[in-house]
Amino acid sequence: MAKITYVEISGVRKDVEVKTGTTLMHGAVLNGVKGIEAECGGNCMCATCHVYVEPSQLALLPPKSDDEDAMLGSTASPNKANSRLSCQIKSSDALNGLVVYMPPRQS
Amino acid sequence: MSEIASPELASVIILGTGQGGFQLAMSLREEGFTGRIVMVGDEAFIPYQRPPLSKAFLSGGTDEEGVLLRPPSYFADHNIELRASTRAVRIDRATRKLILSTGEELAYDHLALATGARNRRLAVEGADLAGVVQLRDLAEAITIRDALPTISRVVVIGAGFIGLEFAATARAKGIEVTVIEAAGRPMARAISRPMSEFFQAKHEATGINFRFQDGVRRILGEERRASGVETTSGELIPADLILVGIGILPNVELAEDAGILVEDGIVVDEFMATSDASISAFGDCARAPNRYARAPLRIESVQNAVDQARCLAQRLTGKPTPYVALPWFWSDQGGLKLQIAGLTNPHDEAIARGDPVSGAFSVFCFNQGRFLGAESVNRVHDYMLARRLLAKGAELAPSQAADIGFDLKSLLN
Repeated sequence: MAKITYVEISGVRKDVEVKTGTTLMHGAVLNGVKGIEAECGGNCMCATCHVYVEPSQLALLPPKSDDEDAMLGSTASPNKANSRLSCQIKSSDALNGLVVYMPPRQS
Repeated sequence: MSEIASPELASVIILGTGQGGFQLAMSLREEGFTGRIVMVGDEAFIPYQRPPLSKAFLSGGTDEEGVLLRPPSYFADHNIELRASTRAVRIDRATRKLILSTGEELAYDHLALATGARNRRLAVEGADLAGVVQLRDLAEAITIRDALPTISRVVVIGAGFIGLEFAATARAKGIEVTVIEAAGRPMARAISRPMSEFFQAKHEATGINFRFQDGVRRILGEERRASGVETTSGELIPADLILVGIGILPNVELAEDAGILVEDGIVVDEFMATSDASISAFGDCARAPNRYARAPLRIESVQNAVDQARCLAQRLTGKPTPYVALPWFWSDQGGLKLQIAGLTNPHDEAIARGDPVSGAFSVFCFNQGRFLGAESVNRVHDYMLARRLLAKGAELAPSQAADIGFDLKSLLN
């Protein structure tokens, strides 16, 4: 279990307890976070669950797979050094306190 | 047909609670629509994703809650009225009402038809026996999931995406699987020959049996329960479960009965408008122009349903923008991830890039030298580049696609 803070584009911060093993994408979608579309349902196929990870916390995350890296090449908002696909990040105790920012657009 | 609806609509009724119908409701609210939204659908569930049903849902990787598009609270929170388990029987265009099977009448300013499609039925003796199943909706997926632990042999009729996704999932559980297909190769309607052959070899390596250029004469049964299949060629294949995946039919009857123009799908323009200015259609049920196709067509995919829903939401909120999205598709079969960018058919040239033996390669499809799109397996970079090349209208030559040393990215500059 980890408390994840999702920051919506309006600036609203939503703290969500995300179960270990659940993806950050699912945690957002199931808790009404605005700004995650996830149209492919978490298959790393659509790049519409893009988030920006708080830069100081990047080291908490496992590295991107080649597939995720490739998909990030087609996000609707700029692909930055702290860009990740939230469907590829599973919650764990180690992520407690993580802050992720929604991008301006997903599509 | 491209008459623009007034931005001051008071109510939008969405017929269909699939991913497209849901996306329209969500996009309308995101675009600032404050009027009434009612979603009507005959399924018992709140909107969910269909793609995982033939994969993660059957393998136990997700469940009923995991496939939901949004939690149940989403609908009340966004003032979206959801009428599940509700069937519409008629559209009264003169009075702009949708008539439900209960007799109730729902008045609309705008009606959006997201009626989707249904599975084509197998029309042979024994097709109605217990143990003959199809897989499109969650209720069917639950039935199959709950039956699988007691199943040791399945026959899959139709080597399309659904049939093969199911076949791979069943095989991974140790079930004996035979796939019967009328064409000479798997996914023949959708993908190129080299990619088809690759998937066939991979599936055969896991122990899946294929019968190509064969059909079903009848389903055999014992005590009203299916026990096997007799093929057109006369072979008897025993089975505890028979999955029929032989394509879909668009749900166009309500529109047709109401006098709306239907040609295979409900005919719409590039703004999703039907021949009635107060009625739109999109997703699997609609036949729409597409900048990547020579003629209007129906596309059966999540991408198409979702992007067309967004396009319609724009128009209904006074910001009409023609539909320009690039078609893309995916299928997960066993450990193989197939991604398709663009409309690759009909093609007269299929050029492999990379080595199929490595388990990761792409096929670039051309028609008279014009690049149509690419199919990739476990080569996401090719797939993404193909998407960008197509969206940009970049001219890729067959010889460049074939040359693994040629940098596709150079065409994007």
